[in-house]
Amino acid sequence: MDPASRIDAPMDVLLRDGHVAEIAPPNKTRGGADEKFDARGLIVAPGFIDLHVHLREPGQSHKETIATGTAAAAAGGFTSVCCMPNTSPVVDSPEWVNWIRQPERGAVVNVFPAAAATHHSKGAVLTDFRRLQEAGAVAVTDDGRPILDEAVMREALRAGAQLNLPVIQHAEDARVTAHCFMNEGPTSFRLGLRGMTVAAEAEVVDRDVQLAQMTGGRLHIAHLSTAEALKPVRRAKRAKVRVTCEITPHHFTLIDENVGDYNTNFKMNPPLRSAFDREAILVALADGTVDAIATDHAPHALHEKQVEFERAPFGVTGLETALGLAITQLHRGHKAPLARIVELFTAGPARVLDLRGRGTLARGSFADVTIFDPKKRWTFDAAKSRSKSRNTPFDGLPLTGKVVATIVAGKIVHRES
Amino acid sequence: MTKAARGSLLSIEHLEAAEILGLLKLARRMNPAKPRALLKGKRVVLLFYEPSTRTRSSFEVAAKSMGAMTVLIQSSGSSIEKGESLLDTGYTLRAVGADAIVLRHPNAGAPQHPSQALLDAYTILRHKRAFRGLQVAIVGDIYHSRVARSACHLLSKFGARVTLCGPPDFVPEVAATLAPGIRLTRHLEEAVRGTDVIMLLRVQKERLAGRKIKLDDYIGRYQMTTARLKLARRDAIVMHPGPVIRGLELTGDVADCPQSVIVQEVANGVPVRMAILARAMGKAK
Repeated sequence: MDPASRIDAPMDVLLRDGHVAEIAPPNKTRGGADEKFDARGLIVAPGFIDLHVHLREPGQSHKETIATGTAAAAAGGFTSVCCMPNTSPVVDSPEWVNWIRQPERGAVVNVFPAAAATHHSKGAVLTDFRRLQEAGAVAVTDDGRPILDEAVMREALRAGAQLNLPVIQHAEDARVTAHCFMNEGPTSFRLGLRGMTVAAEAEVVDRDVQLAQMTGGRLHIAHLSTAEALKPVRRAKRAKVRVTCEITPHHFTLIDENVGDYNTNFKMNPPLRSAFDREAILVALADGTVDAIATDHAPHALHEKQVEFERAPFGVTGLETALGLAITQLHRGHKAPLARIVELFTAGPARVLDLRGRGTLARGSFADVTIFDPKKRWTFDAAKSRSKSRNTPFDGLPLTGKVVATIVAGKIVHRES
Repeated sequence: MTKAARGSLLSIEHLEAAEILGLLKLARRMNPAKPRALLKGKRVVLLFYEPSTRTRSSFEVAAKSMGAMTVLIQSSGSSIEKGESLLDTGYTLRAVGADAIVLRHPNAGAPQHPSQALLDAYTILRHKRAFRGLQVAIVGDIYHSRVARSACHLLSKFGARVTLCGPPDFVPEVAATLAPGIRLTRHLEEAVRGTDVIMLLRVQKERLAGRKIKLDDYIGRYQMTTARLKLARRDAIVMHPGPVIRGLELTGDVADCPQSVIVQEVANGVPVRMAILARAMGKAK
């Protein structure tokens, strides 16, 4: 199933020397193979791409390492991940971009670093986009924080436009969300917690869409979570402004009420929103407004999460549950075709970052393949996660749809036992 | 978050109506003047991350009058200052031999004040026959009030009609979603007219920073005065969880008037907390 090539049929795929050598109807490939993978009854898709993960290196290896994070990615069917720069120190120099990409880090899937858009991600002085791009950065972002200053954001988009480099915005008006720990609404009131408003996200998206139009820059909205913020994205797409967006599995699965009685594994930023917002997100995932499903995999150590709700850091893990949630919620729950889900994991994110030769199984593309069983029922057990951290809201959740094998550059990096 | 231990009292919301009535009944049999050594040999730790006069002293008196030993831990002067987590503090106190912990904490798990709601319910039932159909006006800073949240849950469970009153920053529209049977008004006169119970809340001056409320405006519109009190039923009672700030949310005259049960509330805190502690330690007989 390769939505980018409009293929949805039984086919043989021949991988050779790290690339797709042939894709042809059964038994019609010309070249021979040393090794065969019988995927009858399974879906063979282009390798999944996650636009938004926190691998926590450099500096926070007690939460995750590039090795453990990419192992979790492989188990979740992801052959490529884009890692965020809000590490310690912030990845705002070509040296750190290089460091992440070194083989010593032990990555088992492709790692595409996003670099900081401003020095130390402080939102004031732009980094050197050209040198960061040369070092291997595929995007710039201050993720974890928004780029709030309008002039800085405009300059970032303008500089990005010259290099065809996307600017990823964490859309949150942090001036009004200080000391807010969840979505504003009945649940936040019941729990006595200050809430982040919908407007705090939507207004930033609205402004940035206008700036993208003005500058011709490529804008990508990370983890969009509200119905209101979808409006400017839709407007932009109609006007052919270069705006893309991603949605996380937790936002299309859960709502703010699920925070229950201060479960810190349901605390993330942006927060879980209302049922109304979730419905709007489900519609946008189906109708093509959304470009990609991205996990915002954000591991934290147990002791960091086992504290008062207000003190706990934002973030949940998500690499290993993304496909199961997408099939369970979107395909089975809301009748989205499997091809649309595969597109959201492959062609969509590849387009966002302009990753040539990825997100497709077309001849000549990279031999990154995800093989999954869309009917397999299983229960996620956080204790068996490949991630170093266990902060998931989905522990013990029954899911349908499981990764069977993950192939990166022609090598099997994960295989379901 | 893991499940609370048996006997825990963390919120009113999760209590069954029958459990609440059971606690109130038990409280009526508790008499601090006639000590019963129900908790002989038990250790009760009072773990207070925030200042308190009433809650702390009445829990202490309650525990001691049942023969328990109490230890007070406050955040200043303890390892909390050195960065010990809440969880580790709990492990430490358990290791020391605590049988129960009375906790006041500004963060999560603390938007409620269940013992206050219970003693308020106890106080109301000393003056009113039943909750059903009772009109209760709660006036003031509902947004920041643990007492109001717990009171709303309790009163709603028993079919009282609750009116929340205050400016939008104190009483946001969303407050009506807290429990069934709650309505809002911005006008004190409307809230008070014909009501059976008036519950006033302290204006938390420390939390006004950055908000749009001016103290003078608040006093002008929402202060409980003798004239406004006349709008309520003649047998209406005036409640306040304390500390009261005379001249702000109420006048001194109202605080001291015959309808005021503010001091009774404090006194009732002791038997109610005796019941809470007895239940917590499985001695609710």
